[in-house]
Amino acid sequence: MPQQSSDAVTLNNITKTYGETVAVKELSFSVKRGELFGLIGPDGAGKSTIFRILTTLLLADSGVATVDGYDVVKDYREIRKRVGYMPGKFSLYQDLTIEENLEFFATLFGTTVTENYSLIKDIYEQIAPFKTRRAGKLSGGMKQKLALCCALIHRPEVLFLDEPTTGVDAVSRKEFWEMLQRLKQQGITIVVSTPYMDEADLCERIALMQSGSILSIDTPAAIKQAYPDELYAVKSGNMHQLLKELRAYGSCYAFGEYLHVSGISENALAGYVKEHTDVVIKKVAPGVEDCFIRLLLKHE
Amino acid sequence: MKQFLVFVRKEFYHVFRDRRTLLILFGLPIMQILLFGYALTTEVKNAKIIVVDQAKDAASEQLIAKINASSYFDIEPGEDMEAAFKKGNIRCAVVFPADFENEKRIQIIADASDPNTAKTLTNYLTSIIQPPSAQPYQIIPVTRMLYNPALNGSMNFVPGVIALVLMIICTTLTSVSIVREKENGTMEILLVSPFNPTYVVLAKAVPYLVLSLVDFILIILLSVFVLDVPIRGSLLLLFAESTLFIISCLSLGLLISSVTQSQQTAMLISMMGMMLPTILFTGFIFPLENMPLPLRIISYFIPSRWYYFIVKAVMLKGLGFWAVWKQTLVLAGMTVTLLTISIKRFKIRLA
Repeated sequence: MPQQSSDAVTLNNITKTYGETVAVKELSFSVKRGELFGLIGPDGAGKSTIFRILTTLLLADSGVATVDGYDVVKDYREIRKRVGYMPGKFSLYQDLTIEENLEFFATLFGTTVTENYSLIKDIYEQIAPFKTRRAGKLSGGMKQKLALCCALIHRPEVLFLDEPTTGVDAVSRKEFWEMLQRLKQQGITIVVSTPYMDEADLCERIALMQSGSILSIDTPAAIKQAYPDELYAVKSGNMHQLLKELRAYGSCYAFGEYLHVSGISENALAGYVKEHTDVVIKKVAPGVEDCFIRLLLKHE
Repeated sequence: MKQFLVFVRKEFYHVFRDRRTLLILFGLPIMQILLFGYALTTEVKNAKIIVVDQAKDAASEQLIAKINASSYFDIEPGEDMEAAFKKGNIRCAVVFPADFENEKRIQIIADASDPNTAKTLTNYLTSIIQPPSAQPYQIIPVTRMLYNPALNGSMNFVPGVIALVLMIICTTLTSVSIVREKENGTMEILLVSPFNPTYVVLAKAVPYLVLSLVDFILIILLSVFVLDVPIRGSLLLLFAESTLFIISCLSLGLLISSVTQSQQTAMLISMMGMMLPTILFTGFIFPLENMPLPLRIISYFIPSRWYYFIVKAVMLKGLGFWAVWKQTLVLAGMTVTLLTISIKRFKIRLA
């Protein structure tokens, strides 16, 4: 029986290993109903493993997890009725057309396209002009939209999106996140993963992940606020040399056309770069990526 | 039920939109039947021979004309038989002694590096020459070739090829089609749906059952109208037995798919891994009776062996169900076992 819980997804001490490799290590977190939750981390952080455990595709070695109040091991059939899942790799039938794919998945989930059309209308209308085209011949962005339509067609309680924007152009990525915001307003809980730190700000709450562990979990604003130091962006005529020099004094890494430096006071910094030409030093507000790097260093 | 039908329809889309599958499905059987029916045969025709006629009299010339008239032999010019044998130009040589009329003896020399052909050719020659019996009485054996009086070679091959083709097509296509879902990642979505995993297996099997039956009809039509192989027994029984055999092959394909992760492996196992045992242990090329016991025991586990027996009995001998019920039972047992294992083994999760 489902417990009437306010959490759509819970994980409690979940561990999963593949042979010697630990994919997820004693992980616990929960996602509230109606939340847009982001798992942020590089490849190999264990994001896909978490998705597969939650979608009942993999069994964890230990720990308990629930989705929509159901246990992922015991009640896997219930969960499979209630969730929408978009795997990391484009996983629709390449030799079927847009229409055929959508209809197939609608029927598979025991519904029809017309029944839940209102939910996918905004998204589907964008790809509808190509509905007789085979899915394999679509662009990356259109593929993602189709996959999202197929994952949504049965109006799931919880939507799991594993790296939906990987390999998609910048415009389509932006559109995709706008679609997610609209879906959230419909009351669907969304768990999304991404390796792109700039997308973290679009989530309500995020978990920063590395090597199967969570480094930090909070709202993006709170995570940025928790950044302990002042952060400076530095630029000069010889960036390579600058990076080498500043590494000796504090944390320093390339960030766009600037170097992001922390752990050094502004005065000291000005002293260190005296020899350089065209120097620019400015104080910047830390982004999620800065926080992530900071947490990584601390973690190591 | 509606889900099931939609799934089956999807499988048909896959088949008809993939040239490779279509080629295997319809090209392979046509090619095999025509190959085994026409090109590959154990009969010896137009064997080249040399005649060394030292007698050159009326009797020898009469015999030579008789040999020449037969479709089995082509007489090559020249008399240097040793050189011709060494070069491999001829299979056989016939030598008439100078005193043929009185001696009544002929020497037949055959190239026995291929013993079967040598034996066949000397048999043919002896029967043409028919030496007058030395005995005061003559025994004339009256032979009758049952079921195949014309000794049509395709009669033996057709049942074997039907078994071979169905075995390979059914196992290959089914295993590949499931593994493709794994490889493309669509299996992940199928599993995370309310659709019962058992139905996934069955929905995969149904289209290939239908297509294999189409294949079977195609082969039967080719055999009857192109290769002149008769169907003496009940067509309905033949069809029912073939359906049973196809289902057992499909189950084998499903089983292969549950243990492989890539289409190449699945294809390799079901094509190479099935082709050889089927050819060896079905009995249509190498007689099973001559095999040592361990090999014969292996052959009992090959479904095509039983099916081959059934097809021969029903198609060529015109026998009814009473003659093949034991084999049918074995085949049915294999089918149920394979199908149960493959459904049980079908994973409801990824690992």
